[in-house]
Amino acid sequence: MKAAFATVRRYAGIYAALIRYSLIHEMQFKANFLLWILVEGLWFGLQIAFMTVLYGHTDSIAGWSRWEVVLLVGCNQFIQQLFHMLFVTNLSNLSELIRKGTLDLLFLQPVNTRFLISVRKFEIGNIANALMGLAVVGYALAKLHRVPSAAQWMGFVVVCVAGLAIHYSLMFLLACIAFWTVRAQGIVWGYYNLFNIARLPADAFPRGAYRAVFTWVLPMLLVSNVPAKLLADRLGSPWELMPLIGMAVVCFGASELFWRLSLRHYTSASS
Amino acid sequence: MGKYLHVFGLGIQNTLVYRVNFLFRAAFGLIPLAGTLFLWKSIYAGKEPGAILGGYTLAQMISYYLLVTLVDAVTAVAEDDWQIAADIKDGQVSQFLLKPMDYLTYRLCLYGSGRAVYTTMALIPVSVFIVFQRENFVLPSDAATLSLALASIVMAGILQFFIAYTVALLAFWVLDVSTFIFIQFAFEYIASGHLFPLDILPAALQKVVLLTPYPYLLYFPVGVYLGQIHGEALWRGIGMQAGWILMAYLGARWMWSRGLRTYTAVGG
Repeated sequence: MKAAFATVRRYAGIYAALIRYSLIHEMQFKANFLLWILVEGLWFGLQIAFMTVLYGHTDSIAGWSRWEVVLLVGCNQFIQQLFHMLFVTNLSNLSELIRKGTLDLLFLQPVNTRFLISVRKFEIGNIANALMGLAVVGYALAKLHRVPSAAQWMGFVVVCVAGLAIHYSLMFLLACIAFWTVRAQGIVWGYYNLFNIARLPADAFPRGAYRAVFTWVLPMLLVSNVPAKLLADRLGSPWELMPLIGMAVVCFGASELFWRLSLRHYTSASS
Repeated sequence: MGKYLHVFGLGIQNTLVYRVNFLFRAAFGLIPLAGTLFLWKSIYAGKEPGAILGGYTLAQMISYYLLVTLVDAVTAVAEDDWQIAADIKDGQVSQFLLKPMDYLTYRLCLYGSGRAVYTTMALIPVSVFIVFQRENFVLPSDAATLSLALASIVMAGILQFFIAYTVALLAFWVLDVSTFIFIQFAFEYIASGHLFPLDILPAALQKVVLLTPYPYLLYFPVGVYLGQIHGEALWRGIGMQAGWILMAYLGARWMWSRGLRTYTAVGG
């Protein structure tokens, strides 16, 4: 128990140092930093504009009202931006680490390599965009006259963490393909396409192969839908949280297995 | 002319390397497309059968998105703007100042070759997808409509290239143009009709958007194909499209000549 505590403390210390380093690096390019926040904000505005235009022509999409869908888009933004803040840059860099052989250096560090690969760079700017998402969630809840209970907010934190774990595990898994193909920049782009369906109400999809795949294989239709349903009080029972949490565990396990398999395939590029 | 044909040929050879990449890219792009179509189907399902939204039946709406995907494959800039910016940043542009070759025409040839290869590869997954959606895929009413739509797609491609080229030339002044490329793309994404047909916008907003160059990149050629845009509006649109091509071309030339004054040939 004491040893576990010491490990956690050590890793927290390393992570704090990495965050500090990222912050110093980021502040060298302040204008660029602010412009990226603007770009992300613009795309978020676009998603809301799309939904607003749709609801100009209908009152309900698959049983979801206008503000429920805005809530969903906000939840999706929140989770997606947290994911960007913590992992996206690092995971899309993995193929470069492999190609240049920089990965050797990380293997030699007395720290878990997967940890180092995953959290090396911390994108501070995305905090602003995540908060924008949260603000929209709050506004939509006010419009729905919904005040979630303390238990629901706690559940929200849990399902957001589960959603993050799913995004992280799936993208990590995809990034590991670079151990075989070396060049894999297209992977990030491919993942963006998956992001795009996460903000749509799952109920709009008819039961069939598409919905099954994106619920039980690549659970994009769970990651944002379940948190939004929880806050909007649309869940039939708390058991509806279980598929998301279960899939998070499955995805993380799969990514760890694939990581170990990939490592066996690694032949350094430099030496 | 011969040397530019040669550039086109080289461009084809270079981009053929990425053919599998293109295939995956086009196939992956169908995932969100299917999502959008499901969303529209469920909106129409909530209405009485045969409902019309913004002037579109369900079949027309689905055809709209399928055609946007096709036109986008033919005209979208992929790596061109990044490459142009990199050429300027790394000083590669210098060699074009010494050679009897015009950089804009050179890039246009490369863009054309890139699109030719991409379209060929993208047609494989996209046509399979269209076959699945065939009961909702509208064919053009007559040969004249089809040829006007094709002409308008070519013009859209040229306009798209000039806009991207002009934005990329900002690299003469700023170190990192990617934010500008993304901001431009965000406006293009909504105002070109990529996200939804502009007809479903409120009328006043629609009028404003139609004055910008963006609708002539996707919405207009697709509208011509579907027969949504006809008669006087069609000719006015073609005029607007040609006008914007001219404006964007002059803008690109002007940016280039201004940019060369600040150009320092880093690394060259």
